Amino acid sequence: MATKPRQYKEGSFFEIFRYKDLLVQLVKRDIKLKYRRSFLGYVWSILNPLLIMIIMAVVFSFLFKREIGMFPIYLLAGRSVFEFINTAVSKALGAITDNASLLKKTYVSKFMFPLSKITSVMVDFVFSMGALIVVMIVFSFIEGKVLFSPWNFGIIIVVAEAYVFSIGLGLLMSQLHVFFRDIRYVYNAFSTMVLYCSAIFYDVGMFYEKAKDQVDAGAAPLALYLAYFIEYFNPVYIYIKQFRFFVWAPAVENLPQWAMVTPVDFLLGFGYAILMLFVGVFFFKRAQDKFILYI
Amino acid sequence: MENLEKENASSYIVEVNNVTVRFNKANQKVDNLKEYFVRLVRRQLMFQEFIALRDVNLKIKKGEAWAIIGTNGSGKSTLLKVISRILKPYKGSVRVEGSIASLIELGAGIDPKLTARENIYLNGCILGYTKQFIDEKFDAIVEFSELEDFLDSPVQNFSSGMKSRLGFSVATMVEPDVLIVDEVLSVGDVLFRKKCMKRMKEMLANGTTLLFVSHNMGTVKEMCDKAIWLNNGEVVMSGDINKVCDEYNSTIEEKKAKEKKEKQKK
Repeated sequence: MATKPRQYKEGSFFEIFRYKDLLVQLVKRDIKLKYRRSFLGYVWSILNPLLIMIIMAVVFSFLFKREIGMFPIYLLAGRSVFEFINTAVSKALGAITDNASLLKKTYVSKFMFPLSKITSVMVDFVFSMGALIVVMIVFSFIEGKVLFSPWNFGIIIVVAEAYVFSIGLGLLMSQLHVFFRDIRYVYNAFSTMVLYCSAIFYDVGMFYEKAKDQVDAGAAPLALYLAYFIEYFNPVYIYIKQFRFFVWAPAVENLPQWAMVTPVDFLLGFGYAILMLFVGVFFFKRAQDKFILYI
Repeated sequence: MENLEKENASSYIVEVNNVTVRFNKANQKVDNLKEYFVRLVRRQLMFQEFIALRDVNLKIKKGEAWAIIGTNGSGKSTLLKVISRILKPYKGSVRVEGSIASLIELGAGIDPKLTARENIYLNGCILGYTKQFIDEKFDAIVEFSELEDFLDSPVQNFSSGMKSRLGFSVATMVEPDVLIVDEVLSVGDVLFRKKCMKRMKEMLANGTTLLFVSHNMGTVKEMCDKAIWLNNGEVVMSGDINKVCDEYNSTIEEKKAKEKKEKQKK
C-alpha cells in the first residue's frame, strides 16, 4: 500500500499487476504446501493420472470396437486438459469464501484469490505432464521409434488458451459462490456433462459415421448436429482437440480427418477464452463490493 | 478554483463525507440457490435494514492522532473498515490521500502452515508491497518481531503473542501516511506492547496520521490529541480529546448510576 503511488483504479481487474508479487507468493504457497512434507508428493501427481489412464484404457478398449491409434496417449492427453480446466474452476469457486477472514480485515484486490488458485493448478498441470512423458517413452520403446516431436511444444498455446478460459469461468463461478453456496453442486453436474461431451474416451469421427448411416436411412442427421455442437460450442473439446494435435497426432500414422486442426479451431479457442474472460471480469467486478456482506 | 481544490486536498488527509453504511439484518441469511428460489416464490425475500453508520463526517489533517471511542456496537470498527477500503459506504464518500496500513486484526493474512519467513513475504505482499521492498526491510522486521530463532518453523506452533508480534512488525515495516489501529495491542506481553506504543509514537512524530480504537481511556489520552465519539452509528461529539473523553466518561458514569438505581428499585 505504501511507497508506490496508486496506478491502477481500485477494484479494477488491472490491479492484479500491482499485486503481481502477491500472485507469486500465493502460488508458491499452494505448490509448497502440496509437495512439502510428503516425499511422494510429486510422484503421486504423476501416478494418479497414470493409474486412471490405465484403468480407462483397459475398460474402453474392451467397450469400443473402434481403433484409435495410441489410445493411452489419446486418452491421457484429453483427460489432462479436461482435469486442468475442471480443477482450476472448482478450486477458484471457493477462493473468495475461503479467504473470508482476510478480506474482512484488509484491502486486497479480490481478483487475486481465484487467479492465484487457477495459476497454481496450471503449474500443477505442467508438473503432471510427467505422466504423459512417461507414457510416451514407454510407447516409444514398444513402437521402436521416437514419438516425441518439435510439434509437442505447441501445447504452450493450448495451455495459454485454457488458462485464460479458466480464469474467466473461475471468476464467474467464484463470485456466484459468495451469494449461492450450493452453486458447487450445479457446477459439478455441469462439469460431468462437459466430461461426456468432450470426446475424451471416444472420438468425434464416430458421430460423422453415424450421421452418414442416418442420412442413408433417410433420417435426420442428428449425430451430425451433436458433432457440430461439440466441435464448435464446447471450448473444452476445442482445447482437447488442439492439445491432441500437438501431442498425440505426431505419434500416429494416418491421422484421421476429425483430428485435423484448422486455423478456425485456434480462432474459436482464443475467441471463447477472451469472451469468457470478459464475462467473468464483468460480473466479478460488478459484485465484488457486496462480497463483504455475504462472507 | 484549482488552487483552492489543491489546498483542500493537501489540508485533509482523510475525509469522510456523510457516510452511511447499511447492512441487511434479515433473520436468516439466504446464501443458497434453493433457499433463494423458495423465498422468491413465497415472496419472502426481505431486506431488513440496519444502519451501522449514519451521516458520519470526519475530517483529519495530516499528522493528527484521532481516537474513536464508543460502546460496543456503536460503529467504531465499521468506520475503520470504511476508511481502510474494506467496506464501501452505502451513501457518502471517503477520500484518503496516500498509503494506509490497517491493524484491524493482527496477522489477518498469516497462514499457519507456512514458516515465519514465508509469512513475512506473504503478508507483506498482501499489504501491497513488492518482494524487492520486503527483501530490503526483512532484517528490520525480524529484529523488531524478536523472532530470529523461529524464522523457519511453521507459525501454527507459535503462541498468539508471537503471532501478533509478527503481524505488527510486518504491518508497520514502512511508515504509512495513515495508520489504523483497532484494539490489537491487547495481546502480547507488556514489554512488546510498550515497544509497539513507542513505534507508533515514533511514526506520529514523523508525520504519520493515526486512527486509534481502544476502550482504555488512559492509552487513548496518551496517544491521541483528537477524538470522535460514536453512539449507535451516529457522531455524538468530536474534537479535542480531553473534552470528548470527559463527556464520554460522565455519560457512562450516569448510565451506570441509572442502571444501579433501577436494579435497586427491583
